[in-house]
Amino acid sequence: MAKEYETVIGLEVHVELATKTKIFCGCSTAFGAAPNTQTCPVCTGMPGALPVLNKQVLEYAIAVGLATNCDITRYGKFDRKNYFYPDNPQNYQISQLYLPICKKGSIEIETQAGGKKKIGIHEIHMEEDAGKMIHDAWEEWSLVDYNRSGVPLIEIVSEPDMRSAEEVIAYLEKLRLVIQYLGASDCKLQEGSMRADVNLSIREVGATELGTRTEMKNLNSFKAIARAIEGERARQIDLIEEGKAVVLETRRWDDAKGESYSMRSKEDAQDYRYFPDPDLVPIVVSDAMLEEIKAKQPEFRTEKMARYKEEYDIPDYDIDIITSSKHMADLFEATVAICNQPKKVSNWLMGETMRLMNEKEIEPQDLSFSPENLAKLIALVDSKAINSSVAKEVFEVMFTQDIDPNEYVEENGLQTINDEGALRKTIEEVITNNPQSVKDYHNGKEKAIGFLVGQTMKAMKGKADPGMINRILKELI
Amino acid sequence: MSLLDMTAVELAAAIKEGKTTAVEATREVLAQIEAKEELYNCYVTWDKDAALAQAEAVQVGIEAGELNGPLAGVPVAIKDNMCTKGMLTTCASKILGNFIPTFSAEAVLNLQREGAIILGKTNMDEFAMGSTTETSAFGVTKNPWNPECVPGGSSGGSAAAVAAEECFYALGSDTGGSIRQPASFCGVVGMKPTYGTVSRYGLIAYGSSLDQIGPLAKDVTDCATILEVISSHDTKDSTSVEREDTDFTKALVEDVKGIRIGIPNDYFNEGLDDEVKNAVLQAAKVLEEKGATMGHFDLGLVDYAIPAYYTIAAAEASSNLERFDGIKYGYRTPDYAGLHNMYKKTRSEGFGEEVKRRIMLGSFVLSSGYYDAYYLKALKVKTLIKKAFDEAFAKYDVILGPVAPTTAPKLGESLVDPLQMYLGDIYTIAVNLAGLPGISIPCGRDSKGLPIGLQLIGDCFQEKKLIQSAYTYEKARGKFPTPAKEVR
Amino acid sequence: MANIINDETIEYVGILAKLELSDEEKEQAKRDMGRMLDYIDKLGELDTEGVEPMSHIFPMQNVFREDGITNTDTRGELLANAPEEKDGMFAVPRTFE
Repeated sequence: MAKEYETVIGLEVHVELATKTKIFCGCSTAFGAAPNTQTCPVCTGMPGALPVLNKQVLEYAIAVGLATNCDITRYGKFDRKNYFYPDNPQNYQISQLYLPICKKGSIEIETQAGGKKKIGIHEIHMEEDAGKMIHDAWEEWSLVDYNRSGVPLIEIVSEPDMRSAEEVIAYLEKLRLVIQYLGASDCKLQEGSMRADVNLSIREVGATELGTRTEMKNLNSFKAIARAIEGERARQIDLIEEGKAVVLETRRWDDAKGESYSMRSKEDAQDYRYFPDPDLVPIVVSDAMLEEIKAKQPEFRTEKMARYKEEYDIPDYDIDIITSSKHMADLFEATVAICNQPKKVSNWLMGETMRLMNEKEIEPQDLSFSPENLAKLIALVDSKAINSSVAKEVFEVMFTQDIDPNEYVEENGLQTINDEGALRKTIEEVITNNPQSVKDYHNGKEKAIGFLVGQTMKAMKGKADPGMINRILKELI
Repeated sequence: MSLLDMTAVELAAAIKEGKTTAVEATREVLAQIEAKEELYNCYVTWDKDAALAQAEAVQVGIEAGELNGPLAGVPVAIKDNMCTKGMLTTCASKILGNFIPTFSAEAVLNLQREGAIILGKTNMDEFAMGSTTETSAFGVTKNPWNPECVPGGSSGGSAAAVAAEECFYALGSDTGGSIRQPASFCGVVGMKPTYGTVSRYGLIAYGSSLDQIGPLAKDVTDCATILEVISSHDTKDSTSVEREDTDFTKALVEDVKGIRIGIPNDYFNEGLDDEVKNAVLQAAKVLEEKGATMGHFDLGLVDYAIPAYYTIAAAEASSNLERFDGIKYGYRTPDYAGLHNMYKKTRSEGFGEEVKRRIMLGSFVLSSGYYDAYYLKALKVKTLIKKAFDEAFAKYDVILGPVAPTTAPKLGESLVDPLQMYLGDIYTIAVNLAGLPGISIPCGRDSKGLPIGLQLIGDCFQEKKLIQSAYTYEKARGKFPTPAKEVR
Repeated sequence: MANIINDETIEYVGILAKLELSDEEKEQAKRDMGRMLDYIDKLGELDTEGVEPMSHIFPMQNVFREDGITNTDTRGELLANAPEEKDGMFAVPRTFE
């Protein structure tokens, strides 16, 4: 009989914090600048340069720790992790080994079976990111850009509490939501502001000892994570069934090929010689500092959901969707603050916004239209300046380019024509040109009026108020 | 009297009074450098044109009344491990043989703001690792008192340049005695301030928890004046201390009445040269006659300072020197196969023997399985050493002893046995471990005519007591001769 | 000599420290390091049970900077010292096969 195996997974999640500047120097962290233009002596490892801690990094790290039920370390330090690689300009990374800022936390995820499961967080520590290496297959060189060197990271190390790809993704989604709500990071996997390394081992069902684990890197999407977990599980089971041993090592996942390969080399001793960084002084977290950070904690999702239920007359389903993304909830609230029409704002988000997000494969945090413009659009419809089908057309443009709907409607002449005389004249023409439909209407075919409205709208190039057309039509026939 | 006979403070005063100019002083000292460098080799780099251009600009500032500090217009030499914007900074190493910093060390900027004229960069032991300046990749520096002897180290070039009048004063750095010991060997005054007093920003690190910049000068007055100028609270250095008592020249008072001086018995044991011992005890007597109270005590743990120091310094150095990898600056080996081979060849060719020895030791004591036994143990011993000093300073204001067990050794004698060389740091090293201030002042010469240094050690932030004691002693001692006059 | 440094240890330290030694240098390094470690072993004579390790002399803590941009683009200066440069970046032997 074939043996049954259990997959044991722990995650190391790196999150780039949303600070303006790097962790130890005043260089910008903005994404996308020309190579090495956001660098200084500190983040390029120039001789004589020294690090000074960005206070915001500490505050974000503590905030994430509090939101994930961690104990906050009251006396912490930074350590140097020594290893040679070109993306690491000092050839040591400033990180935390001995006294990480947060320890022993947990978050709760919903399992597929509908239950709840607690995933332990072993620790959260602060560290600096490395630079970026650019490789060209045809060149003898690799090129190094230090713009990202020194961008602040927190590494969230989970306990090996997950058993499936679904649990891993539920954990990551929950973590991402919490961190986005805190405003500590935008957590974009594709851009690398959230990166997950998967530690995975296999054991026979019922076994209590953990098997030898491997660490998988280079996982750029939830799909890649799921595939890598499946791939690695299968690889390790094959090894065990063949009577071979799993080697404790770091492996790189190649999502295109659907396989991983070992990153070990004999020049890689994996002995990081950690020691306290003598250039940085200890961090002492006082009660006052903790209280200050707690006071700044934003409203989390469950609180927000309760408040929406209380304040706005919108369906629970809408509340669930809107609050599942901090960005969408912010967009909702900001728009309501301007126009005071929660139901209409919610309808735009649930209807056209969701439709276009699906169509264009856009994540909620990437929605780029402004609350001001959405409020203007709602006002245009309310004032009957445009009709609802024109509004949808305008929204689609707004969705991708965030145009000002007032200006757009003006420039493209999309206003509803409220000149009753002109409308009356057009309707008269429509009636004359469609005697059959008029006859059908008189014979009790209510539907015929719809055709006549459509013809009128067509003649008006879509810019008429359908209510007004209806009224005049009924009056004339 | 030649301008070169003047102290830095005297020269600045003469310039201010219009008796001479910064340009004239710079010309004179450049002529001295030109005449003496071939023999002494105090400098790795010196730039005549740049110095004269600075002197002209500074002179304008002085005449306009914009520069009126006590060192305005005085030419200075900087140890070659401090970054100087646009000027070669090598740490006396082949690996930085072509490195031109994009910024200047904070201590250097502090001097320049007060109208200092940078003459050039002084020779040193490679990356400040050594006690003789013989580990420099750019040749040895000779002791101006006797060119067959070493000037001490690692700030040997700075000490020799002051002694040979190739500058009016110099900056050095002190990790385990690197200012005090060469000052002693060259017959000048050298001071290491309390850790954190002078910014380390721009000082190329050796042992970050031990390194401090300090002055090498002709007398105690210059020393206090320079220290006052270079001390600052620097927000770019997390270990920089905010202190308000850096008006060190206020302590230039000729009075030691009531100052309690402690003489540690364990600084006068075997290994200490008799001539050195006698000169130091004679100096103690002078201070006692001037009104200081004198007591003898056992400091303890003296033999443990060296092993603790070499463990900590080597560990930090192994990490600090990782950045020299042939990628961003400095030397890269011409022939290599792949990245790791490039790293290894660049570093093996770029670093000298002593540096490699310490990097290897440091990498080993931090490596997996040895951290607790070596590095952590050394940090605990450091705690004990600090405690021993705390107990001593409960009873005494100043600890008095020798700087080094002997006067300057002959060139070539020391590097033969590195461990033996390390033992020469026995009286200076504990001061760095405990972060204390220490000063070295000449207190006599041995039968070979070589200077002997007296060391005064104070509690943290008590530089003023040291300066006051040293100043009082110096007044009683009278003017110390200069080798330029004695030797030629 | 109590500490005997073998070939593997020197090889391993060479990998950690990125140093390549000739056979002759290796022999010398083995001797030097063994002797130095013997000397450092002297620390073992001291009882440090319960003693806190001291990395900083003073009880300094919480030195921070505010999160404001202070640096400007100085790429030209930065790259001026580079042994090998290409397209505004540092060029290193290819690391990716």
